[in-house]
Amino acid sequence: MTERQARGRHSAAPDPRAERRSIAVDDLPALARGCAVMGAGGGGDPQVGVLMAREALQQHGPVPLVGLDDLPADGLVMPCGLVGAPTIAIEKLQNGGEGARLVAETETLTGRPVVAIMPFEIGGSNGLIPLNWAARLGLPYVDADGMGRAFPTLPQMTMNLAGVPSSPCVMTDERLNTLVIRTGCVEWTERLLRTSTAAFGGAAVAALYLMDVATARRATVPGSVSRALDLGTALSRNGDDPIDTVVDELAAVELIRGKVIDVERETAGGSVRGSAIVEDNTGEGRLLRLEIQNENLAALEDGEVRACVPDVITVIDARTGEPIVTERLRYGQRVGVIAFPGPEVWRTPEGLAVAGPGAFGLRFPYTPIAPAPVDTGAVRAS
Amino acid sequence: MRADLRLGIDVGGTNTDAVVVDRDDVLLAKAKAPTTPDVTTGIAASIEAVLAALGPAPGRITHAMLGTTHAANAVVARSGLRRVAVLRIGGPATHAVPPLATFPPDLRAAVSAGETVVGGGIEFDGTEVAPFDAETAARFFSDVAGRADAVAITSVFSAVSDRHELAAEAIARSVLGDVHVSLSHEVGSIGLVERENATVLNAALAGVAETVAQSFGEALERHDLHPARYFTQNDGTLMEREYALRYPVLTIGCGPANSMRGAAHVSGVRDALVADVGGTSTEVGVLINGFPVETGDPVGIGGVRTNFRMPGLVTLPLGGGTVVGDGALGPHSVGYRLTESALAFGGSTPTLTDAAVSGGRVDVGRTRPAARHRGALAEALARSDAMLAEAIDQAKVVRGEQPLIVVGGGGFLVPDDVPGVSEILRPPDHEVANALGAAIGQVSGQVERIVRFRAGGRAAAIEEACESARLQAVRAGADPERTEIVDIEEVPLAYLTDPAMRIRAKAAGPLRLT
Repeated sequence: MTERQARGRHSAAPDPRAERRSIAVDDLPALARGCAVMGAGGGGDPQVGVLMAREALQQHGPVPLVGLDDLPADGLVMPCGLVGAPTIAIEKLQNGGEGARLVAETETLTGRPVVAIMPFEIGGSNGLIPLNWAARLGLPYVDADGMGRAFPTLPQMTMNLAGVPSSPCVMTDERLNTLVIRTGCVEWTERLLRTSTAAFGGAAVAALYLMDVATARRATVPGSVSRALDLGTALSRNGDDPIDTVVDELAAVELIRGKVIDVERETAGGSVRGSAIVEDNTGEGRLLRLEIQNENLAALEDGEVRACVPDVITVIDARTGEPIVTERLRYGQRVGVIAFPGPEVWRTPEGLAVAGPGAFGLRFPYTPIAPAPVDTGAVRAS
Repeated sequence: MRADLRLGIDVGGTNTDAVVVDRDDVLLAKAKAPTTPDVTTGIAASIEAVLAALGPAPGRITHAMLGTTHAANAVVARSGLRRVAVLRIGGPATHAVPPLATFPPDLRAAVSAGETVVGGGIEFDGTEVAPFDAETAARFFSDVAGRADAVAITSVFSAVSDRHELAAEAIARSVLGDVHVSLSHEVGSIGLVERENATVLNAALAGVAETVAQSFGEALERHDLHPARYFTQNDGTLMEREYALRYPVLTIGCGPANSMRGAAHVSGVRDALVADVGGTSTEVGVLINGFPVETGDPVGIGGVRTNFRMPGLVTLPLGGGTVVGDGALGPHSVGYRLTESALAFGGSTPTLTDAAVSGGRVDVGRTRPAARHRGALAEALARSDAMLAEAIDQAKVVRGEQPLIVVGGGGFLVPDDVPGVSEILRPPDHEVANALGAAIGQVSGQVERIVRFRAGGRAAAIEEACESARLQAVRAGADPERTEIVDIEEVPLAYLTDPAMRIRAKAAGPLRLT
């Protein structure tokens, strides 16, 4: 892809008539980088997804990437991905047949063929994991997802906001043990799925929010796979400053550039909570504090919220351009912290109710991303 | 006459250094010999030279420690590697990424005698992914008999329980007889692909390890020396010879750790930055509590992704032999030919050593570089200073000013004033810091666990991990009375309902002297 094309695509809402493309082995590193940036520090390291997809693509060839407008309106879309702990998924790798099992069970439950596989979460490893299933099944990959980023729970999917039922939810594992969860509301699906995930060994795969293409067109975040691909491709260009590249590609704001000087972590109720402090490298003594709960939830400076969920906050290695997941944050890293707006739907009152600061126990209201302090009227020497 | 001396040897890219220290770690003799392509000849020459420097009483040497590049060279050159039967225990999980899928094809061709995945493996809570399929494992070993001269066994979550790996080892031995077997729980940490890669490399290196151990022994016996022999590993600690024969891959990157441990010793400072400036490259790392700070990032060895714990280093292509030319500074270096090629030694190639001579930082060689070179040399020195300052700043892991210990033959390149550095320490004998690091090495043990616990269980889990690490250090040759926990790391697992933690504990102690 040329630079002009890459830049053209992100600038506005994704063009539904964007040229068809496919995902081949050579695209995987770029897709992984893009997914990691969109993961907001969570969602797991995409590398394991790259390894699995590479095997599948080498055997079965490239996977078509299709927009929802290119699929028949009454076709059945299967949103799917990994649930549970990414750390377990890098040790107990998948069988590879899980996707086929999800599709078979889905087709039995609905009596309809699945026409395409959709990642329910673009951020982190889940942007790539369903790709190996698509390759093995010969199904296209939908250029959309249910989050536009990474989030920890099932209610935090755009399909929920659009009123698509989460039930039936199909879970399976490498043994092809299969569980169908039927509930009346997503909160129960979440509760039963989490408990079952522990029984499956701490990680499993799931398909839920089964819907037809017409519904998916209004219930998902369109263009997220191409967005990740374009972003990763731009980040892989040599010579450019990686943080500037992300800022350009995503219309992101650079919150700070400097060094991680403190990281605190604790495990509470199944999530990694903690905070990290980044000190700016201009000698002005600015400090940015990141609030973490699996993902980066908020960035605060001088007691003011500079950015918070549902907007995406990502820490990027200043030298290599590699996004740094929250589990890997440590003293001394040279980083840039960037923020960019999450999908519009999350900033509605309904969206904020499930994915805003309050939904994560933070005691402040949603605050749009604040540009650099120099633009906020703060007193600066220069 | 007391028998209480230790010989330390470290093979570097340019020189092989050797030292002799007494039981109080006081340096008695030091020597350098050029590193040779076969490595072994250079080791023998350095032993010869250091014994000459020591004078009488070489018979007092009771321990000999070697840090060598044999293993790394063998992997990079794909030579001398054993053919490995690669068994993974994890089916029906893990098939999505087959064994050795991430090896470069030529390395895979050089080491693989066959690969398979059999049923079994452990869940992180200690239950089984599936029962271990002993029958299929036995059939696999029968199939590769005659082709395989080593075995690598990797089970899912062997850090939680090693029982399936041990069962498979017994089968391998009954089918293949007396063959080298590498077990993943003894080699690597969480992350199946990376640990399996490391385990296969370890098995492939078994022959190299035997060759090294034998030639080291012969070089010592030529001088009628029969000391206990040790090898240094990636974290700067020692392994007894028997242990090194089983885990050669753990020696694959021992050089930087040796020089950092040696820097702590010669300076007497345990918390500092260290810059090791050699002939071709410079490595900057951080010492905390006398040990190098390690990186958690994947480490590539010969094109293979592994998850070894190695010192976290910032590496620069700058050293005393770096050629000063028109283009960028580094990586081109005159290497060990410095004393023929550099201007200061009457040669015709301007080097960073000449820049330092010209700038008055060091007085070596026979002559000062001619005036016409001075402009370019001054410019190169300024650029080198800026690159060093940047690397030192990047290496820091805590805020504030810290001391910087400068070691290595090219240490004079580091200026007396570096931003963010409180003081520059240039200890005596710094040029043999790496061999000293080998000679004074401690013995360590390390364990990694994934544990689930309710309130109150954390302390018990950590205590268990520490005790296991301590036991492992003692088994590897540490003095049980003086073995201490030097590092504990806890990382919570994200996205789990019940709290779980990855715990890593490392213990180290001085050699048990008998």
